[in-house]
Formats: sequence, C-alpha cells, structure tokens
Amino acid sequence: MASALINVPPKAKRGDVIEIKTLMSHIMETGYRHTASGEAVPRDIITSFICRFNGNEIFRADLFPAIAANPFFSFFTSVTESGKFEFEWVGDKGFSETASASISVE
Amino acid sequence: MSFSRTIAIAGVLAATAAAAAEIPQEQRRSGFTFMTPETQTMQNDDTANPGMLWVLDGETLWNKQEGNAGKACADCHGDAATSMKGVATRYPAFDKTLGRPVDLEQRINLCRTNHQQATPLAFESRDLLAITAFIAEQSRGSPIEAGSDPQLEPFIAKGRALYTQRQGQLNLACNNCHEEVWDKRLAGSAITQGHATGYPLYRLEWQTLGSLQRRLRACMTGIRAQAYDFGSPELIDLELYLMSRARGLPVESPAVRP
Repeated sequence: MASALINVPPKAKRGDVIEIKTLMSHIMETGYRHTASGEAVPRDIITSFICRFNGNEIFRADLFPAIAANPFFSFFTSVTESGKFEFEWVGDKGFSETASASISVE
Repeated sequence: MSFSRTIAIAGVLAATAAAAAEIPQEQRRSGFTFMTPETQTMQNDDTANPGMLWVLDGETLWNKQEGNAGKACADCHGDAATSMKGVATRYPAFDKTLGRPVDLEQRINLCRTNHQQATPLAFESRDLLAITAFIAEQSRGSPIEAGSDPQLEPFIAKGRALYTQRQGQLNLACNNCHEEVWDKRLAGSAITQGHATGYPLYRLEWQTLGSLQRRLRACMTGIRAQAYDFGSPELIDLELYLMSRARGLPVESPAVRP
C-alpha cells in the first residue's frame, strides 16, 4: 500500500517559478542492519526519482541507503505552458510507483 | 531536637513537592512549541508531514470490507469527517463490557472482532496505525476532553500513581522530568511537558508513525525499567492520565516530533 503526496500549484502565470513537493511512502531499509538473531536485513530502498513535464524529463535524483524513510523532495521549475507533471519512483524488489498532477498556465 | 527538626524539614519538603506536582493549566504547552521552526513547518504542511501517508492509507482501509461480516468501517460509521469528528479527543474512553478504559487502537480492534468478525490487528502494525491516524486526524484542532466520564476516575488515579512512581535502575518517575524540569534539556533534546496531543505521530528518530504506547515503552526503557506490554492495563491507565492532563490542548494528530 504505497502512497504518495504531491504538492503542485494548480495555477501559475507564464514564466513563474513554482515549487514542487513530493513525499513517497517507503521504508528505505539500508541493508546494513541485522535482526536480533544476526541475519542481515536485505537492502530495500528507492533508487531513483524522475519528474517529467509533458513527457520531457525536468528533474531526476538518485537515492542511496543513507536517505531517510519516506523520501521528501522539493524542487523548483519555471512553467511556460499548461500540462501534466508525471512522477516516477523506482527501487529495489521491483518497486515502481507513479503519480501525476496538472497545472494550468495563463 | 535534631530529630524533630528533621521531621519539620521533611514536612516542608513534602508540602513543596505536592505544590509543585502539577503544571498550572495556563502553562501547559504542547511538545510542538519545543520544536524547531523547521519541524513545526513539516508538521503543519500536509504534503510534507509523513504522518499524512498513514492517514491516506487509513482512509482506504476505512472503506475496505473486512472479516466474515463483510463490512467496512464506513458501512456502519459512514463519512468519517462527520462521524469521527471529535472522537479521538475522548480517548481512552470507558468500555462498559470490559469495565475499564480502552484506547483508540483497542476500540478499533474491538470493532473488528465484534462487528466485522475480523482478526484484531497487531499493535504498531501499519494498518492499525493507519486507521488510528485517519480517525484521530478527524479531530485535529479540537480540544482534548479525555477523562471527563466519572467512571474513569479510579483509572485516572491509577495512571497518576504510575506517573509519580519511581521505577527502573535510574529510579525516576515520569514527573521527575516532565513536571519538575520540563523547561530544561536532556543532552540536546528538550524534555517537554509530556502532553500526548498528537498520537499516533511521526517521530523522525523512528522514521515511522508510532503510538503513545510505543512512546511510553521507550521512556521506560530509557529509565531502565521493565516496559509494560502493549495493551496492558498499566499503559492504558497511563495514557488516560496523560490525556486527561492534556485536557484543553488541541489534537495535532498526526503530529511530527524529532
């Protein structure tokens, strides 16, 4: 039951710089921990995050074991046209989640 | 002569201790006020507060059919925004059948076993925390009212007795920190007044959402005492006393704490 929280302003003026915030539910297990009985807990992290606007990649991040659970990203972009932001998170154990948000530019 | 003086001094000390026992109502402060502005911003922004991820999951579970009765929470309770508003402010609440208080997690599990004919969820499991967070969130901003039911009085008294009972290898009672030196720091961290206004809450240290019972158990381990089991009457009485002590402060669930 993975869920994401996305914060994209619904409207902006042409050329505005807007802030995008995303929060993805994930345990981000480092792979460096052991259980009480000594077995290694396998790594289970998100490895990459991509944001596309109308199909073009505008932001990408690689993630590593030192990043805390439920990774939060905040980044900025300028907008010149209305369209759709698509977000994609990919990780270990076949983790793959997507979300999207639309913006109308006047 | 010196013996009677000792008694007199002891008497004065006891009187001072009793007078200093409770934080005056107007000085009661949520743990929120002890946090850095950055952590406060995180809690206040619903798209930055990780606790909201559990609330989202809880909303899904609220509408999901469970158990042999094939009923979802929503089938009886309807829209949580109206039916569950203010409910969390009154918990732990008295359960007539059990003849003692139950907390919100236990109430959800009672509903599961009695009405949904489903298996109870484990304490601290993601699903139980999610439903609890979703229900508690419906009361956000409402003042805490727990403990106003007169049937709860003996249990509040028990909780208070536990709160002031020294225990563990460090021989500390809850009130030694959270009443007497709440304005000081323990290592780098604020001690705070111990008002449980935002549970279940997201602790950055835990990197997950957790219940008040988990927090109480962590405190007990901290003073090197044997922590009570999840769901034990002692923990519920303590929860009840803490919530009745926080009466009037607004519910913050799901809060964020360092």
